[in-house]
Amino acid sequence: MVETRIQTPSARSIQLDVPGWPGNIAGQHLDVRLTAEDGYTAVRSYSIASVGDGERIELAVDRLPTGEVSPYLVEELRAGDQLEVRGPLGTYFVWHPTDTAPVQLIAGGSGIVPLMAMIRSHETSGSTVPFHLLYSVRSPRDVFFADELRALAESPHLRVTYVYTRQAPPDWPIAPARITTAAIAADAFSREENPVAFVCGPTGFVETVADIMVGLRIFAPLTIKTERFGGK
Amino acid sequence: MAVISRGFFGRKREENPELPPGQYLTEDFPVLSAGPTPVVDLADWTFSIQTESGEVHAWNWEQLNALPQEDIHTDIHCVTRWSKLGTTWSGVSLDTLFAGVDTTNAYVMVHSYGGYTTNMPLADLMDGKAWIATSFEGEPLDPEHGGPARLLVPHLYFWKSAKWVHGLRMVATDDPGFWEQNGYHIYGDPWLEQRYW
Ligand SMILES: Cc1cc2nc3c(=O)[nH]c(=O)nc-3n(C[C@H](O)[C@H](O)[C@H](O)COP(=O)(O)OP(=O)(O)OC[C@H]3O[C@@H](n4cnc5c(N)ncnc54)[C@H](O)[C@@H]3O)c2cc1C
Repeated sequence: MVETRIQTPSARSIQLDVPGWPGNIAGQHLDVRLTAEDGYTAVRSYSIASVGDGERIELAVDRLPTGEVSPYLVEELRAGDQLEVRGPLGTYFVWHPTDTAPVQLIAGGSGIVPLMAMIRSHETSGSTVPFHLLYSVRSPRDVFFADELRALAESPHLRVTYVYTRQAPPDWPIAPARITTAAIAADAFSREENPVAFVCGPTGFVETVADIMVGLRIFAPLTIKTERFGGK
Repeated sequence: MAVISRGFFGRKREENPELPPGQYLTEDFPVLSAGPTPVVDLADWTFSIQTESGEVHAWNWEQLNALPQEDIHTDIHCVTRWSKLGTTWSGVSLDTLFAGVDTTNAYVMVHSYGGYTTNMPLADLMDGKAWIATSFEGEPLDPEHGGPARLLVPHLYFWKSAKWVHGLRMVATDDPGFWEQNGYHIYGDPWLEQRYW
C-alpha cells in the first residue's frame, strides 16, 4: 500500500503497488483479503478506479459504520502496510475503449468507483462516444473524485449531473430527494441512439434505478448492466 | 503465505463447520444480479423442459402449483462470500418435473426471463437435490430474489440457482452459460471454493 487520500468524510482512496499486476479493464474489481494474527481472514470485493497496464492501482472505499472490513481500510490502513489482493475479476460489468454505443452511467455513493474507471478510460483513450454520468450523493461533500470529475466534465464528450439526496448546494434548483424517474429521464439518451447503461451502488439504489430504466423503455434487454455493492 | 494485516482483528471468531471455506454468515439476503429485475406476469409465466428430440414439456403457473409441493430446509452459499444457514423454501422437485422426460443428454442449460443462462450436469438436478422454488420463508418469492420462481440447487454456489427461471434445455456438452462466460466457475462447488475460473 502506497498512499491514501481522503475523498469524503467517510471514504478514502487507496493507491496500491501490485507487483505483477496484469492491468485491468474499466469496471473490473478485485478481492481484498485481510488476515488477523490468529489466522482469521475476511475477504471483500472492491472495484478498481484506475485503468490500464501499470502496476499502481487505485481503490476507493466508503466506511460502513458497523462493517468488518471497510472501517479497517478507511481508518487503519497506512502507507507501507501490505494487502493481499486477487484480480482483476469480472468481464461483464466492463467498458472497452473500442465500444461505440452512447453510455449512461448512474452511480449511487461509492458506486462511482467502477464508473470512474470507465470515465478515465474514455478520457485517456480519446474516445468520442458520448458519456452521461448521473451521480447520486447525500451532499456535495460526499462526491468522490470531485476535482477530477469537475475537470473531466469540461470535455464535450462527458456530461456530469448530480442528484443530492440529503443536502444540495445553496443555489441548487432542486430540493434534496432520492433519485426520481424525472431525473433519470432528463439525463437519458433516446432509444434511437441505442445506448447502454452501467448502474452501480448499494443494492436498493440499483434496484430502484434499474426498475425505473426498464420502465422508460429506452434500453434494449441486457444493455442495462448493474453492479450491486450490498446492503439494503 | 498469508500476510498479516497489521491492526486487523476481525469480527467473528467461532469456527462454523457449516460454512464452506471463505464464506461469512449473513442474516440479510443480499442480491447478486447482472441487470435489472425482470417483471414477469404470472398469467404469462411458463416453465418448460426441452429435450434433444425437440420435445417440450411445459407448465403454466397453475399447473406448476398443482404438482406436489415440497418444503426445503437448506443452507445457501453465494459466490460473493455470504452464506445463509437454515433457510426455508417450498417448490416442486426437479425429479417430479423430469418424471415424464426422456433424454440421454447429460447436461442442462438453464434459461431465465431477462435472458440469463447457467449450465450444470443433469445429475446435479436429480435425486432430491434441486427444485423450482416459488416461496421463501413462507412468502411468495420476491422479484429481486428471483420470483415468481427460481431454480434452487443449494449444493452449488447460488448463481446456479437461476432467478426468474423460464426453462431447461437438455444439451450434450457442458457449455458455459452467461455467468460462467463472465468469469464464474463452470461447476461452482462451494466446498471446493470453485468461484472463478
Ligand atoms: C463487485 C463489488 C464491488 C465493490 N466495490 C466497492 C467499492 O469500490 N467501494 C466500496 O466502498 N465498496 C465496494 N463494494 C462493497 C464491499 O465489498 C463491502 O461489501 C463493503 O465495503 C462492506 O464491507 P464491510 O466488511 O465493511 O461490511 P460488512 O461487515 O460486510 O457488513 C456490515 C453491514 O453493512 C451492510 N452492507 C454491506 N455492504 C453494504 C453496502 N455496500 N451498502 C450498505 N450496506 C452494506 C451489510 O448487510 C451488514 O449489515 C463492492 C462490492 C462488490 C460485490
